[in-house]
Amino acid sequence: MKGLKSRLLIHGIMVAFITIVICGHLIAAENEQVIQITAKRFEYTPKEITLKKGVPVVLEFTSLDRLHGFDCPGLKLRLDIRPGKVNTLRFTPDKAGTFPFHCDNFCGSGHEGMRGTIIVTE
Amino acid sequence: MRIDRRDFLKLAGIGSVVFASGLGRLGHVANTAFAAEDDFFFVQLSDTHWGFTGPAVNPDSAGTLKKAVAAVNNLRDQPDFIMFTGDLTHVTDDDKDRRTRLTGFREIIKDLKVKNLKFMPGEHDAGLDEGEAFKEFFGETHYTFDHKGVHFIVLDNVSDPTSTVGETQLEWLSADLKQRDKATPIVVFTHRPLFNLYPDWDWYTRDGDKAIELLMPYSNVTVFYGHIHQEHHHQTGNIGHHAAKGLMFPLPAPGSVPVKNPIPWDANQPYKGLGFRSVEAKVKEAQYAISEFSVKGDRL
Repeated sequence: MKGLKSRLLIHGIMVAFITIVICGHLIAAENEQVIQITAKRFEYTPKEITLKKGVPVVLEFTSLDRLHGFDCPGLKLRLDIRPGKVNTLRFTPDKAGTFPFHCDNFCGSGHEGMRGTIIVTE
Repeated sequence: MRIDRRDFLKLAGIGSVVFASGLGRLGHVANTAFAAEDDFFFVQLSDTHWGFTGPAVNPDSAGTLKKAVAAVNNLRDQPDFIMFTGDLTHVTDDDKDRRTRLTGFREIIKDLKVKNLKFMPGEHDAGLDEGEAFKEFFGETHYTFDHKGVHFIVLDNVSDPTSTVGETQLEWLSADLKQRDKATPIVVFTHRPLFNLYPDWDWYTRDGDKAIELLMPYSNVTVFYGHIHQEHHHQTGNIGHHAAKGLMFPLPAPGSVPVKNPIPWDANQPYKGLGFRSVEAKVKEAQYAISEFSVKGDRL
């Protein structure tokens, strides 16, 4: 009887824990801003992204041609953008400002001009 | 003008030579195989970007490399060898054009008197096809050679578009270094800087710290590189890193402007910011005296 009580207690704790985790994710997912960005030689679309400070965001990158990169030094973000998959970057901007980003995987004659900007508002 | 090798050696003593390596001396090393070897010098040419056109940046884009070839040929003493540290050609997205440009480059440099020529690619040559076209013309993108007691290592940090040396090449480097005495004079050629010069402008190698870590136990290591189209000197521990000028267009100093663009041509100072360098290796002292030259061969 005592063993049964213990098992039920452990089971209850596990269910509660899982529920909290799932709910936490759902709440976070509800608050997350999802932005889809395509990359191709030699541009990002969109190339200007506006975010709100403190609001979680998911950047979903898709390459339409070859390997590209995403490097945003001001927000300490970087990602390889590989073709054939969605490349995801999840973060919460913690400061307002304008932060340039660029392709940091050499992609051809217009590589130097493959740039964009993240604007984080208060 | 003709340049006397001894002239720029003299200049080393009065500070006109840009850099004299702070590498450790070898005097304490007994029984070294290189102790009796001769001093020598080599020339470094970089970032020739053959195929580039842009009159606002270089109205003599078709003639600059030819002038540099003539200037090197005009040195009174000819170097033991000439090293091209990448971006031989300007990038093109077309594979056929890439080969046409490599052919054009090769046609021009065949006029060099010195026939001991060494090549490595830059990302403009090799970043789009993992070095395939480059290899057809100039062979492997990473290799070693020895010359008069100095061990030269050519590292490829451009054929992988992610700006990395890569694990395979790092293992190769490690295996090569294990065969060297810790005091062996080692010169490394790369295209990109191995250290984080200015990552925002791609002026770094993503895993360059791993290469530096492998080199660090060796007391006489010097790196010569290109990519940034300007003279630059930096020290990581006991390793000196020296960027060479380019031969098509200069670039601004690291982080000096918001966006990296070629510096426009100055009609009052044509070819300003372009040039090549000679490197005098004093093997017994493990020192390298660098002299900078304009495109026309004037000593700067």
